[in-house]
Amino acid sequence: MKTAAVRFKGVSRHYGPVRAVDEVDLSIAEGEFFAMLGPSGSGKTTCLRLIAGFDQPTAGEVTIFGEDAGGVPPYKRHVNTVFQDYALFPHMNVLDNVAYGLMIAGMPKAERHKQAEGALELVALPGFGARKPSELSGGQRQRVALARALINEPRVLLLDEPLGALDLKLREQMQQELKDLQRKLGITFIFVTHDQGEALSMADRVAVFNDGKIVQVGKPEDVYYRPEVPFVADFVGSSNVLPPHVVEKIAGNWTHASVRPEAVSLVDAGLGVDGLHATVHSTAFLGTATRVSLDLDGFSMVALLPKGTRIPETGEQVHVKWSPEDLHLMDTA
Amino acid sequence: MRSDRAPLGLKIAAGAGLAFMHLPIVLIFVYAFTTEDKSYQWPPPGLTTKWLAVTWNRPDVWEALSLSLRVAAISTAIALVLGTLCAAAVSRTKFFGREAISLMVILPIALPGIITGISLRSAFNLADIPFSFWTIVLGHATFCVVVVYNNAVARFRRTSGSLIEASMDLGADGFQTFRHVILPNISTALLAGGMLAFALSFDEVIVTTFTAGQQQTLPIWMLEELVRPRERPVTNVVAMMVALVTLLPILGAYYLTRGTDTVAGQGK
Amino acid sequence: MSEHVLETERSGGLRGISDVLWRNPRLVIFLLLAPPALWLGIVYLGSLFALLAQSFFSIDEFSGLIQYELTLKTYRELFTPANFDVILRTVVMSACVTIAAAIIAFPIAYFAARYAKGKWKALFYIGVMLPLWSSYLVKVYSWKLILAKEGILNWLFETLHLSWLLNAYLSIPVIGGNSLSVSATGTFLVFLYVWLPFMVLPIQASLERVPASMLEASGDLGASPQQTFRHVLLPLALPGVIAGSIFTFSLTLGDYIIPQIVGTSRRFIGQAVYAYQGTAGNIPLASAFAVVPIVIMAFYLWVAKRKGAFDAL
Repeated sequence: MKTAAVRFKGVSRHYGPVRAVDEVDLSIAEGEFFAMLGPSGSGKTTCLRLIAGFDQPTAGEVTIFGEDAGGVPPYKRHVNTVFQDYALFPHMNVLDNVAYGLMIAGMPKAERHKQAEGALELVALPGFGARKPSELSGGQRQRVALARALINEPRVLLLDEPLGALDLKLREQMQQELKDLQRKLGITFIFVTHDQGEALSMADRVAVFNDGKIVQVGKPEDVYYRPEVPFVADFVGSSNVLPPHVVEKIAGNWTHASVRPEAVSLVDAGLGVDGLHATVHSTAFLGTATRVSLDLDGFSMVALLPKGTRIPETGEQVHVKWSPEDLHLMDTA
Repeated sequence: MRSDRAPLGLKIAAGAGLAFMHLPIVLIFVYAFTTEDKSYQWPPPGLTTKWLAVTWNRPDVWEALSLSLRVAAISTAIALVLGTLCAAAVSRTKFFGREAISLMVILPIALPGIITGISLRSAFNLADIPFSFWTIVLGHATFCVVVVYNNAVARFRRTSGSLIEASMDLGADGFQTFRHVILPNISTALLAGGMLAFALSFDEVIVTTFTAGQQQTLPIWMLEELVRPRERPVTNVVAMMVALVTLLPILGAYYLTRGTDTVAGQGK
Repeated sequence: MSEHVLETERSGGLRGISDVLWRNPRLVIFLLLAPPALWLGIVYLGSLFALLAQSFFSIDEFSGLIQYELTLKTYRELFTPANFDVILRTVVMSACVTIAAAIIAFPIAYFAARYAKGKWKALFYIGVMLPLWSSYLVKVYSWKLILAKEGILNWLFETLHLSWLLNAYLSIPVIGGNSLSVSATGTFLVFLYVWLPFMVLPIQASLERVPASMLEASGDLGASPQQTFRHVLLPLALPGVIAGSIFTFSLTLGDYIIPQIVGTSRRFIGQAVYAYQGTAGNIPLASAFAVVPIVIMAFYLWVAKRKGAFDAL
């Protein structure tokens, strides 16, 4: 078996009483595009910092390509980071920023500048070397940060919410570019985000974080279609997590189940799931679909109705329906 | 709606206030060229530049100036080191007693200068330390630390912590990071702080009277002339020069921190 | 690129030291703090302690030598009528200077914070910074020139044929005197002039923090400009005024040069300290006098802190 690029064994990081990371076990393979997904404060960024070496675990062990990283400072790890705020050095121009790692390594000026030019070409910014970071747009800074992190030829590249500050269109474009870049370079990318769409569309595998723990790891389809816990269903799929009293009615022994909004349809009386009627709370037109918020026995759920279906009025009594295979049953609370 | 035009009364009050703060200093420049040498007569009976030459040839003025410059240079150097170290420690990490350290740095200027002065005087008396160049420096460096500290702490706060992490991430150890990232980023703040510390030390008189003994810094020379005027024209010229010498570092510091840090004057 | 992703071998030289420091963040803090803490701790706090110690010693009235025995005798001397008079005079002067400075500083700060834009704003800023940092003695000296009998102020009154007014003012007891340069009014004017910039900047800082939208909201809710000023702006500027007053009050309390150069022969605390430590050689009494401003300022700061003035510093 190949050595994992990064492995966490029972890793915890506590700040006083706060358990930022709590007994995490994780293994990331070499060459993988791995996403750490979770709401803010769920511990994903702390995990990234533990790999980079900016932070040390309170307990457990982080190994990088089989070696214990405990006590190894960041500057002795061939792991590089793209920071959320890019952290470009404001007093240097773009070329010197990109060439920084090579300068520290003692490479002569002419050679490191040549390599830096090459790295700028890789991120589609040729000829930007003489500018100051303050003269660049957000997207351009992001590319410079990427070139700077890649020039040291890291075996693992860490990206901390790298697209968070970009606008929607640019973000979609960069998602594609990052993915292409990772295929081309073949190195491990570990990527932290709170945007589930981003994680699902880019990553080979996703780890979902909540309260300092990993609640599910798997391929994007698994996490999306087969959530193991209600939190994942809710956070990743924006699914309707049905409460126990509703689940009992329809599925006997199970306690939790989820159904995604697009699987819910509104039907006439008698055709719906037994005994489930709802009141329309509000509707919102989203363009390709309409979002209908429903009040179901005092619990709210959402249906996403495609274009062309009849949209009920607010306050109307309706019946809900979904195909049995769209109901995803979960064990744990 | 708030109108964007200031009421006339406010304009007049603000303008008059500013004039009140500046006109007296302008007066100094006029008096330096008066022909009158026995009194402070206004308007000056005539104008001359001969007092510049007279002052130029006064060894006592030169000696006082030299002492002041040396004291200010050494005090500024010490304050730069101590102030920067303290700012780095306070802004980088939270530790027990952080507040106490900030308070200790600010105390020498928060309390009236005479307290610093008499305290040092008492200590020299108790410890039997004779007055010397170094007793002056001891006092000056102590109250100059805060000026450097304030400038440095503001800059450290603005410098994103991820810059340091980025540098280490790219392979630079602590010393390389200091040399290539931290120092270039705080240098203008340090220069500004150093200039203000220099101006502060060069001008200081209250603490100095307690720590100088028989030595004369330029401000002490001026003070004696103020209390017992002997040669008014020379004093006028020296006053003008002191005003000019302190003007340059202030403008320099303003230029260096312009648009970046908050009010630098809070340090005084 | 090296074979290993982690360099685990030990480094020598600076990098080795850096490794050790990196593993011991507390050591870094200690090393950073040790020099300034030692300097300030020994030189400054040590001296303050020496001052406090001296104030509990006394002086032998016959030999003039300091007796190094702890006693409250020196403090008792503070409350003799002559000495208590000095303290009272200084405190009253400090209060007057502070109030006058606040009144003059407010329009400047208000204008600079609310109405000055771009180039004017920079000009106002320098306009306050320059007098703040320019030489203290030069500033005092300029007033000696202004207030002199043959100086510009008397000349102005004469030219305007208003000398009678000045003379009438000077004949008022306590605040008047032979001429402005030897009157309490003269001392007051110089104090006011020298410490005024210390009042402008904190007020300006606190006013800058009031968002324009808040004033518009007040107007929107039906308040007249005067009411907005009275009920919104003034309360929000108050911490700035208090912060400024800490400077003006403290600086006036401890000054001994201004009343020595411009004013009457009646002493202020600073002059008493200076005189007792100097020719009189009575360091214990000088120290006890110096403790007075510390106590007053500690009380003042305590009140100011409760009013939230430190946020405006």
